Amino acid sequence: MCLAIPGKIIERDGNEGVVDYDGARIKVRLDLVDADVGDYVIVHTGFAIDTLSEEDALESIELWRQIGELQDESGQSQ
Amino acid sequence: MNQANRNDPRYIRLLAGKIAEQARSLGPLTLMHVCGTHEHTIVSSGLRSLLPDTIRLVSGPGCPVCITPKEDIEAMIHLARSGLTVTTFGDMMRIPSDSGSLADAKAEGADVRIVYGIANALSIAQEERREVVHFGIGFETTVPTSSVALASQPDNFSIYSVHRTIPEALDFLLSNSLAVDGFVDPGHVSTIIGSNAYAFISERYGVPQVVAGFEPGDVLLAVLMLLDQRVEGRAEVENEYVRAVRPGGNVKARALIDETFRQVDAKWRALPVIPRSGLAIAPKYREWDAVHRHRDVLESFSYTPREEDSACRCKDILLGACSPQDCPLFRRVCTPDAPVGPCMVSVEGTCYISYKYG
Ligand code: SF4
Repeated sequence: MCLAIPGKIIERDGNEGVVDYDGARIKVRLDLVDADVGDYVIVHTGFAIDTLSEEDALESIELWRQIGELQDESGQSQ
Repeated sequence: MNQANRNDPRYIRLLAGKIAEQARSLGPLTLMHVCGTHEHTIVSSGLRSLLPDTIRLVSGPGCPVCITPKEDIEAMIHLARSGLTVTTFGDMMRIPSDSGSLADAKAEGADVRIVYGIANALSIAQEERREVVHFGIGFETTVPTSSVALASQPDNFSIYSVHRTIPEALDFLLSNSLAVDGFVDPGHVSTIIGSNAYAFISERYGVPQVVAGFEPGDVLLAVLMLLDQRVEGRAEVENEYVRAVRPGGNVKARALIDETFRQVDAKWRALPVIPRSGLAIAPKYREWDAVHRHRDVLESFSYTPREEDSACRCKDILLGACSPQDCPLFRRVCTPDAPVGPCMVSVEGTCYISYKYG
């Protein structure tokens, strides 16, 4: 399943970066997006596939927190 | 409606009320989504119980693991048994074929590794200097990740592509007179291909579509937007997931896909060959196409289709024609620990989702 929750890029080194999800950090590839540290992205199978505005991202994160799915992350293929 | 209230119970109730209101002026309708994540949201939030009896919201062939043909799983098992290192997403491991599963091959000593993404597979190839074949499954969301791998022109690495595309599948379903009155289009596939990619379907068949996000409020709003279109006699592609999906999609990713793949007719498990629904690796990247690179090994592989003899109804489930509860094996015989069909193995499979969250 796609991970619908946006994360924030906190480190970037070329096409590789680190995305933060409420404290959980994962390595991501940034080849498919024009994004930099501070931007919010949606990640799929280890790749950022889309960028979101901060406003939309924070709202999404809050909504997912409310429905308690923030922990329900899995990297499947879609 | 303030977007920040998208999952507020009051907003959900309001949407359900509006849906019921619109449904009253319409006959019975079947709406289909094609995304495991949508099915997860629908089941875990009990959305179906909020819809009027006349509105069926069914799940179509949106689980990439479930629709990967047995033939290709067997080809991967053959490659693994021949001594190559095979990398795959976790839920592909236990999908049954006529010659067992990749997990069986691993148990027998073949080198099959689970990866979270293709970047992990590339790292294995780089670090261990062995020949790695990655099982490239998935729809347009996963395809560009394979494109990145191909474009990096690795040394000892290739992809066995069973990538499939969604708009061609929707086109096929409708051209075979599947009775669908509206599609909830998949959010993340659409971030890549864009909402415009579905326009020809609405034009050709007069069927409304709405690209939707994954929160309960997103899915319900998409249903309401579909009903609004039906009431007003419109059939177009609307975008509910504007915060992530642009009409033209992810331009960078699409360019990479065009560069590295080409469209081919392709078989879907439980479905026939769907014209132009598969993505084969472009001739220019042939060296990293497992079918070409390991052609000697694959020469000794043959596949004989076998009649399905079990009562598994995955085929009907993938067409939205029945639900897991209609399958006599569901829960009694078929469980995630002892799955009979692919729909119970994958976390994106309708049977699995029903079992876990229903
Ligand atoms: S419950 Fe099991 S046997 Fe029945 S359709 Fe689903 S996967 Fe097939």
